[in-house]
Amino acid sequence: MALSVSAILGTVIAFILVSGIEALVRGQGLSLFGSVWNPNAGRFGILTMIQCSVLLALSSLCLSWCLSLGCCCMMNGLAPKFIAKFLMTILTLMTAIPTVVYGFAAVFLLVPIIRDALGGTGFCWLTASMILALQGVPTMTFIMDGAVRSIAEETKITASALGMTSLQHLSRIVLPIASKSMLSAAILGLGRTVGDALIPTMLAGNAIRFAMSPLDSMRTLTAHISLVLSSDIGGGEHLSLLLAGALLLTFCALISIISRRLVRRKTS
Amino acid sequence: MKGRELSLSVLSWTAFLVVLFSVGGLITFLAVRGFPAINTKLFFGDTPAWDAILAVRPVWNGIWPAVAGTMSLLLLTMVIVLVPGISCGVYLACFASPREKEYIGECVDVLAGIPSIVMGLFGLELIIILRRTFLPNGTTCLLLAALCLAILVIPALVTATRSSIEALPRQLTITADALGMSRAQTVRYLLIPSASSGILGGVILSMGRAMEDTAVIMLTGAVANAGLPAGLASKFEALPFKIYYTAAQYTGQEELMRGFGTALLLLILSWTMILIANVLQKRLKNKWHGN
Repeated sequence: MALSVSAILGTVIAFILVSGIEALVRGQGLSLFGSVWNPNAGRFGILTMIQCSVLLALSSLCLSWCLSLGCCCMMNGLAPKFIAKFLMTILTLMTAIPTVVYGFAAVFLLVPIIRDALGGTGFCWLTASMILALQGVPTMTFIMDGAVRSIAEETKITASALGMTSLQHLSRIVLPIASKSMLSAAILGLGRTVGDALIPTMLAGNAIRFAMSPLDSMRTLTAHISLVLSSDIGGGEHLSLLLAGALLLTFCALISIISRRLVRRKTS
Repeated sequence: MKGRELSLSVLSWTAFLVVLFSVGGLITFLAVRGFPAINTKLFFGDTPAWDAILAVRPVWNGIWPAVAGTMSLLLLTMVIVLVPGISCGVYLACFASPREKEYIGECVDVLAGIPSIVMGLFGLELIIILRRTFLPNGTTCLLLAALCLAILVIPALVTATRSSIEALPRQLTITADALGMSRAQTVRYLLIPSASSGILGGVILSMGRAMEDTAVIMLTGAVANAGLPAGLASKFEALPFKIYYTAAQYTGQEELMRGFGTALLLLILSWTMILIANVLQKRLKNKWHGN
């Protein structure tokens, strides 16, 4: 039975990768990796979407990593106990907020705010990365919290014997030791932000072009897959979908493997 | 306080307040706009409730078809995923050799990291290939969506099962060995029943994930107007897709209100699920490790 899981994995990966390669082979003439998207001229380049995916993921990751680090410190000695408990409850509830609900609430709350404050349509890089960052906070905080908590418990007595305050203990001892977990939290967070489809689709505007400013509308690889429901199977649009899927899959699989290696090296 | 400590506490408090206010803001906004919309009219529109539930009359302006669609989707997904998921977890926890653990664990991790939209694309491609070969009339449908959702949530179930069993105290296994129970007996009569509340928690968690996922179903057969799901091979409506669709294509104030109601409903449902799952897993922990 357990083999079934590896079998499923193998099937899915092989399937997507083979389709992706097939897309590359059949789509030679369509310049799939180009930067021009013009179906009328037979050009189906997805380079713009790759750039948008990377930009959106990195920007929201930075924001979300800082927020998670802060939340993690709050729960480990920086704040009074009841605040720490309260924060823990909030984060647990946040893990269960469906992505589509985040997207829905942001369309009617955050988008108008951005539109009124900064101009533009409100459906842009900035909006999407803010919500995506918020959505990534609980998972990353829990990963960091696991590491920080166990290290803090081990070193607590020594640190207080040396006369350190709990804040000094946290910033000078625990965080430097836990740096590897911070890295693995960031890597896992990156995989999830790259892979998220709904928030970019609902909030980022979906224009196919290179995004230059935070107020630009952008279309990521994931949004591209969820938007193009073309009926012309085997046509250029369809091939570009397959290629996008294969790229995403490769990237996310690499992320999982890297973070596993990191964890293993830490424990051994 | 030196610079480093100061900046750390500034960062932490800022992060705390930012998270608190943005999430609080979003949820309050949703609750204020959505709460008035939650009533029987949201579910059944102008159709009498019992007629709608018994499928005597169709519902035109309510979310009952979407509720029914989501429920049948969940049921089907769970039917597909329960046996392989739980038995894989049990195998990993009880029977696997270290090398197998390493290898299968890696597979589960990679599977867990696959974005749901890619899983949807997989389903779409699968049906395209099936159409070309031996199912010329095949189309995206309830069964396909459930299958892809099952693959999506299987890692969560495997991990939950495995960690519930591994969290049991070692004395249990040792005692069973001393009593001369075979490995299979120990697992069947001792370990699985002891870990059952944790496993159930994992099942509920993965149901929650299957319920909220939108990216998979929008590529594998969810549509905006399908009525009640007519069978395994039919298109269907689902709550998360309804919300997504409303955000993009709503036409009037009433539809928007329904959207808010639906979003709030989905949020409440998923919170209920995670609360139940947490209680179950905490109960397991208290049972074996005291308070």
